Amino acid sequence: MTTIYFARNPKVAARSLDGEMMIMSGRDSTLFTLNRTATLLWQSADGRTPLDQVVTQTICVEFDVTPGEALQDAETLVKELADHEILQISGDPIPQPHAAGGKR
Amino acid sequence: MATLTTRIDSTGLVIEIGGMPVRVNSEDQGFLAMLEKRYAGYTGSSSEPEIVFDVDLSPHRFPDSEADVCVTQEEGRWTFQRGDFRAEWEPSERHGVIRQSANPYSIDAVLRIVHTLTLARQGGFLLHSASAIRNGRAFLFSGVSEAGKTTISRLAPSDVTLLTDEISYVRKQGDSYVAYGTPFTGELAKLGENVSAPIAGLYFLAKGPENRIDPMSPGEAARTLLSNLLFFAEDEELVRSIFDSAFEFASRVPVFRLTFFPDDRVWELFQ
Repeated sequence: MTTIYFARNPKVAARSLDGEMMIMSGRDSTLFTLNRTATLLWQSADGRTPLDQVVTQTICVEFDVTPGEALQDAETLVKELADHEILQISGDPIPQPHAAGGKR
Repeated sequence: MATLTTRIDSTGLVIEIGGMPVRVNSEDQGFLAMLEKRYAGYTGSSSEPEIVFDVDLSPHRFPDSEADVCVTQEEGRWTFQRGDFRAEWEPSERHGVIRQSANPYSIDAVLRIVHTLTLARQGGFLLHSASAIRNGRAFLFSGVSEAGKTTISRLAPSDVTLLTDEISYVRKQGDSYVAYGTPFTGELAKLGENVSAPIAGLYFLAKGPENRIDPMSPGEAARTLLSNLLFFAEDEELVRSIFDSAFEFASRVPVFRLTFFPDDRVWELFQ
């Protein structure tokens, strides 16, 4: 299985308000409201931690789900978010220009 | 309330909306007189305008007279285009040029765009909403077309000062927000008063069988606010500014959903 690294796209605007994570695409101003799983992925998207590690250390701790099932769902979700240019994905670690990178 | 004196000199007119003076230069006295009438109450004599636009009324041929508005920026220079005008604005030089025919609608669109872009960098925005002042506090009533902006404006009692029935001007001042009157009108076709007041609340409108105010969560408030903001530019930095402004506003100003029956009793809720 290919290792997936994922990072936040620095060109999007993101805010957490009252437990809701909302993200706006800088490209076309589309607004996304992330569900709990997508929010955990967004918060973990540091470009250094591989997706399978995030799944076992975060998703499986939060939800009653097997690692295999969770990883499959997480891969689908991460790719969807990448299609919307909310996340960047790569087979290699993704260097981050700013360590603080928009996590609010 | 500031008292503004109207003055047209031989070459231009100052239009001051939201406390931002914009000078419009033209050699056509008839055009300037038309603007003076269109922006009655908003024309002033500021000797230090924040922006100067030279209007070129010579015959222009635009490629697509039906084209929708398009706002772009390249190396700090903004270009606004629509089927009926083309404008360029260099903020660093506080100067721009508008090419249009002698009508009041084109320059009105340019002014809305310029104010939107300027406010975005200052934490403010233009919002599709009616707004009014009662007892020194401003109330904003927002919604899509037919939501009731004009209706609630029309129902306002005599002690209410109408700021606009269509597009509200919101400026951030310190930790609070102030609403200004605008000359941007909707169905009421009546210019708002050129005054301002701190914003007491924002209400998203819906017509219904009774008058009711329901709170909105900050997240829902920010989402709904974003969908009602005027915004033109496809510019990543500005999108982020507008996004942040909406969240900042929603976290500082009470936001509600107002269901109202269209008669004057609705104003009993706003004292």
